[in-house]
Amino acid sequence: MNLRTLVWRELSERPSAMLTSTLAILLGVTALVAIRHVTVFSEREVGTQLESLGANVLVLPKSATLQDYYSADLTAQTLPESHVSSILLANLAGVERLSPRLCVSTKIGDRAVTLTGILPQSEFQAKAAWQSVSLFSNKHAGCTKAADGPKTYDAAPEALASHRTIDQLKGNEAVVGADVAEFSDLQPGRSIDLFGESLQVLAVLPRTGTVDDSRVFAHLHTVQRMTNAGEVVNAIEVMGCCEDAAGGLVPQLSKLLPDAKVVTISQVVSTQVGVNRLMGQMSLFVLGILVVVGGASVASTISSNVRERRREVGTLMALGATPGLVTRMFLLKALVLGLVGGVGGCALGLIVAMLLGSQWAGVMVTPLPDLLLIAIAAALTITTIAAYWPARSAARLDPCCCFSEV
Amino acid sequence: MFHLQGITKIYRKRRQEVTAFRADQLDIAAGDYVAVVGPSGSGKTTLLSLLGGMLSPDSGKVLFDGQSLYDLSLNERTRLRRARIGFVFQTFNLVPYLTALENVQVPLYLGGIEASEQRDRATALLEQVGLGNRYDHKPCELSTGQQQRVALARTLANNPQLILADEPTGNLDPDSREAILSLFDGFVGDGRTIVMVTHDPAAAERAARKVLLRDGAVVTETGDSRNAA
Repeated sequence: MNLRTLVWRELSERPSAMLTSTLAILLGVTALVAIRHVTVFSEREVGTQLESLGANVLVLPKSATLQDYYSADLTAQTLPESHVSSILLANLAGVERLSPRLCVSTKIGDRAVTLTGILPQSEFQAKAAWQSVSLFSNKHAGCTKAADGPKTYDAAPEALASHRTIDQLKGNEAVVGADVAEFSDLQPGRSIDLFGESLQVLAVLPRTGTVDDSRVFAHLHTVQRMTNAGEVVNAIEVMGCCEDAAGGLVPQLSKLLPDAKVVTISQVVSTQVGVNRLMGQMSLFVLGILVVVGGASVASTISSNVRERRREVGTLMALGATPGLVTRMFLLKALVLGLVGGVGGCALGLIVAMLLGSQWAGVMVTPLPDLLLIAIAAALTITTIAAYWPARSAARLDPCCCFSEV
Repeated sequence: MFHLQGITKIYRKRRQEVTAFRADQLDIAAGDYVAVVGPSGSGKTTLLSLLGGMLSPDSGKVLFDGQSLYDLSLNERTRLRRARIGFVFQTFNLVPYLTALENVQVPLYLGGIEASEQRDRATALLEQVGLGNRYDHKPCELSTGQQQRVALARTLANNPQLILADEPTGNLDPDSREAILSLFDGFVGDGRTIVMVTHDPAAAERAARKVLLRDGAVVTETGDSRNAA
C-alpha cells in the first residue's frame, strides 16, 4: 500500500467519474497539437519555397488565379509564346533563365497525368545566336547572389525537379515524374505513348511531393503539335539571379507584357503565410480554451470528488493521514488525469495532423517531439494548478466528518 | 490517560449557539473501559472527537498523558493519533475500492511501514479476527459483521493504546456484536483503554464505567476508574 495504490485503485474502480475532465483535457491537447503541427510544417514549407524559388517570377495569363507555385501552370488560360522572345530581347537586368510551360491533362492507363511542354535552355541559346543578342547578359547591379551563395544550374535532366529548367531535351524525349514512373513502370530508355506518339524516357525525376511527381515533361513544341494548341504557353517562369532582382523584375515585366499577370513566389505564398499566421493565433486561442475549459473541468471534478469522499478523507485523517498527504493524494489524481489527457491528446492530435495536414495546408506532417513534450507539460501544469485549491480544501476538511452516519 | 479541564465546545450556526459539550473536569485513566451513553445530540460524538484530537475546544484543556492535546500542532496531533489511538466507526468507514487486506494496510502505510511488512501484519490481523479467507474481498463483498471485523483489524494495526469507538455494535447482528465486544474485552484485558459511545445497553453493560451525557453535560457517572489520569 502506498499513495499510488490509493489513487490508482480509486481511478480504476470509478473511471467514469473522471471521464469528463479527461476528455476536456484530451480534446484541448488534440486541437493544440494538431494545429501547431500543421502550422509548423506549413511555415517550414513556405520557408523552403522562398529559399529555393525566392528569385523566381511567374508570368501568367491575366485572369489566372493560383495558390500553389508548383501548379501555377495548370490553368486553362494561355499566353502567346512570343512573350518568351519579348522577355529574351528585352534583356532585363538579373534574368538568368526562362522556362515557358504548356500543360495538358491526359491519362496513362487509368491514371491522370499532366503532359507539360517545356523549352530546354539550348533553344534559348540557339534563338539568341539567331537573333544576334547576348543571352542573359544584363547583370543585376548590387546582386545579393554572392551573399546567398553560388547558384549553379546542373545540366543533368534530373535537375529539372529542383531548378525548374532543363538544359537539353529533344523533340522525341520525355522526363517523367516519380509517381508516373512508378505506376507505369518507366525507366530511362523505355518509351511512353501519348496522343498517339511515342516518347523516349530520358530521365525519371526524384520525388518532390508536389504535382511535378505526376507530370510528364516533353519539349514545348512537341506538346504544342501533339495537342494542336498552337504557339501558346500557360506560364513563363523567369529565374532571377537573386530575390532582390526578382522584386525589381516585376514592374519591368508588367510594363513589357501588359496582358500578363506577373507575380513573385512571395506573393504566391502570401495566402499561406496568412493562413499560417491565423493558425498560429488559433493555437493560442485553443491554449486559452484548454486552460479555461480543461482547468475548470478538472477543478470541478476534483472538487466534487472531495465532496463525495468527505467521510473517507475524514477517516484517513482519523487514521493518521496528514493534511499534506491528503493534498498530495488529490494532486496525484489530477496529475493522472492530466497525463492521460495529455498523452492521449498528443497521440490523437498527431494522427489528426498527419491525416489532415495535406488537406489543410498541403504539407506532410511528422511528429515534433519538443512540441509533444510541451503539450504534455502544459496539460500537467494546468491540471495541477486547477486541482490545487480543491486539494487544499480536502486537506482542511474536518476529520470529525468520519463520525457522520451515511 | 485523559484529563479534561474546563472544557466547552460550542457550535455556531445561523447566529445561534449550541453548547455541544461542557465539562468542568473529566478523567479517563489508562486501562479504563468507558461507555458513553445518552440521547442523540447529547454530545457523545463531540466528546469522542475532542478525545481524538480532531476537534479543538472553545475553552479548557484536554490533557493526554499530561500533554495538552490542542497545544500540539496539527501534524503533531496527527502523528500522535496514528501512533496511539485507534478508531472504530458505526458504519465501519472502510475504503470501498480497497480489498480487506489493503484496508488494514492503510494505517500501516500511514505509519511509514514497509510494504512487505504491511502485508504480513495485515494478513496476521485478518486471521486474528477470523477473516483469513477474505483478504481480497472488497467491503461490498462482505457481510456487515465481516466489515466490522475488517475495520477492527484496521484499528488494531498500529497496536494502539486507546480505542475510541463510535457505536461499534450499532449495525451488527447479535453474533457479530458479541465477537466485537469479546475483542474489546481482550483489548482492555491487556491493560489498554476503550472509550465507547453506544446506544446499546448490553454493550454499555460490558464497560466498567458508564458516563451519561445529556444536553452536552455529564449527568452521572457509574462504575470505577482504574487509576487517576
